[in-house]
Amino acid sequence: MSMYSEKVMEHFRNPRNVGEIENPDGVGEVGNAACGDIMKIYLKVEDDIIRDVKFQTFGCGSAIATSSMVTEMVMGKTLAEAEQVTNKAVAEALDGLPPTKMHCSNLAADALHAAIKDYREKHNK
Amino acid sequence: MNRIYLDHNATTPVRPEVRDRMLPFLGELFGNPSSAHSFGQEVKPHLEEARQRIADQLGANPAQIVFTSGGTESDNMAVKGVAFAAEKGHIVTTVIEHPAVMQAVSWLVKKGFEATYIPVGSDGVVNPDDVKRALRPETILVSVMHVNNETGAIQPVEEISSITKEAGVPLHTDAVQSFGKLPTRVDDLGVDLMSIAAHKIYGPKGIGVLSIRKGTRIDPLIIGGAQEKRRRSGTENIAGIVGFGEATVLAEAEREQVYARLAALRRRFVTGLEASLTEVYVNGDAARTFPSTVSLSVSHVEGESMLLSLDMEGVAVSTGSACSSGSLEPSHVLVAMGMETVLAQGTLRFSMGRGTTEAEIDHVLEVFPPIVERLRKMSPLTRSQAC
Ligand SMILES: Cc1ncc(COP(=O)(O)O)c(C=O)c1O
Ligand code: FES
Repeated sequence: MSMYSEKVMEHFRNPRNVGEIENPDGVGEVGNAACGDIMKIYLKVEDDIIRDVKFQTFGCGSAIATSSMVTEMVMGKTLAEAEQVTNKAVAEALDGLPPTKMHCSNLAADALHAAIKDYREKHNK
Repeated sequence: MNRIYLDHNATTPVRPEVRDRMLPFLGELFGNPSSAHSFGQEVKPHLEEARQRIADQLGANPAQIVFTSGGTESDNMAVKGVAFAAEKGHIVTTVIEHPAVMQAVSWLVKKGFEATYIPVGSDGVVNPDDVKRALRPETILVSVMHVNNETGAIQPVEEISSITKEAGVPLHTDAVQSFGKLPTRVDDLGVDLMSIAAHKIYGPKGIGVLSIRKGTRIDPLIIGGAQEKRRRSGTENIAGIVGFGEATVLAEAEREQVYARLAALRRRFVTGLEASLTEVYVNGDAARTFPSTVSLSVSHVEGESMLLSLDMEGVAVSTGSACSSGSLEPSHVLVAMGMETVLAQGTLRFSMGRGTTEAEIDHVLEVFPPIVERLRKMSPLTRSQAC
């Protein structure tokens, strides 16, 4: 028995794309005002396509699962597509989150968008 | 998988002896103890026997024992009942109380009462001098818990009682975590009001007691059919009450032996943790901590992610208190002890019980360090090592 869906637990157990990227093209780091948890996303971008994405998270189980999920969702996507990813879409891809844990998915979407913004600023795109 | 339960501060399993004692009251002995006929009258002596057993444990008169629905109701009754009887005034309490006291006090503040919250040191213990300084002529109650549920820190209730006695102010203690585990005679602790609950000592949930010293001015919260000498109306939870009485006697019979076992297990656990992990901190002062509890802060890792990982290994622990596991803020108790919030977020509470074994502790010592390593590798707060 778990308070989380099977999908959340699966991503928590085997998180995809954990770690850092050396010389990333974009980095986004956000802290969650509600709980103090922190997430960092690294991007490698070529021709406006996300070639690699990695994350580091200091946070609860659903923060780790949503981080993992968001990296999976945007890998190989264009920046424009990745910008469309919302926290709601991440939560849905995980078969939902408990009500008190909905804010955790904000962290993932926000870190992703911050990383894309960082890339665009650095590369004038 | 054999699961390991290390969350005894949240609740404990009902002992089979307690359950056996309760069963007749869920069967043939169903009468209402207030009824004049034989069905009621055959139940009544069991109610009074349980009351006597708990009174004996507290060194109190049975007339002082009021059965409630648990620790939360007892705390609410103590705080609000005294406030209602006084109608106005000032309450002294601490920053580490269980929400049952804390919320009752802050609700009263909204209704026009005043309150002072006594701080704690980094050991999580209240300084009695601070209580003395907080007292005012209009103080109507001092409420200081006996053992803290998150850290196990034992509070100097006895010393505080000499201050409240001199000032003539009633003293309440929430002894939900200490009853049946440490001596809790009301005269030795010098308290006027004491909250206790059965489910922390292998009794059933939903049954507690507020012990009220004779002469204490207190209003009932729950009024109706005048049970419990008008102090708490409602047909008695007789199965729960009988179970509480049995659990009390059983706990006392093995109290010192259990204490010694827990102290040894705690030393083994803490030594093992400190040997296998860097940057972990056992909170509080061991000499002033009830040894069932290990509050452990782990740097760079968040508590719930450790809890979930341990749960996957069949090991049940909690972050802070069970009641705040759904909340986002770091524990008010750890923050009150001056802990940085990121470290407070990385805190787990392991709470052992009478059935905890060395083998269980050794198993946790085996599975826990790799969990911490794995989560640290995922953390942006850790300097990149392996990856
Ligand atoms: C110190 C303390 N006070 C009060 C309570 C509340 O007791 P109950 O759950 O019986 O209402 C608890 C435990 O939950 C506790 O640990
Ligand atoms: S509780 Fe903070 S991200 Fe989930």
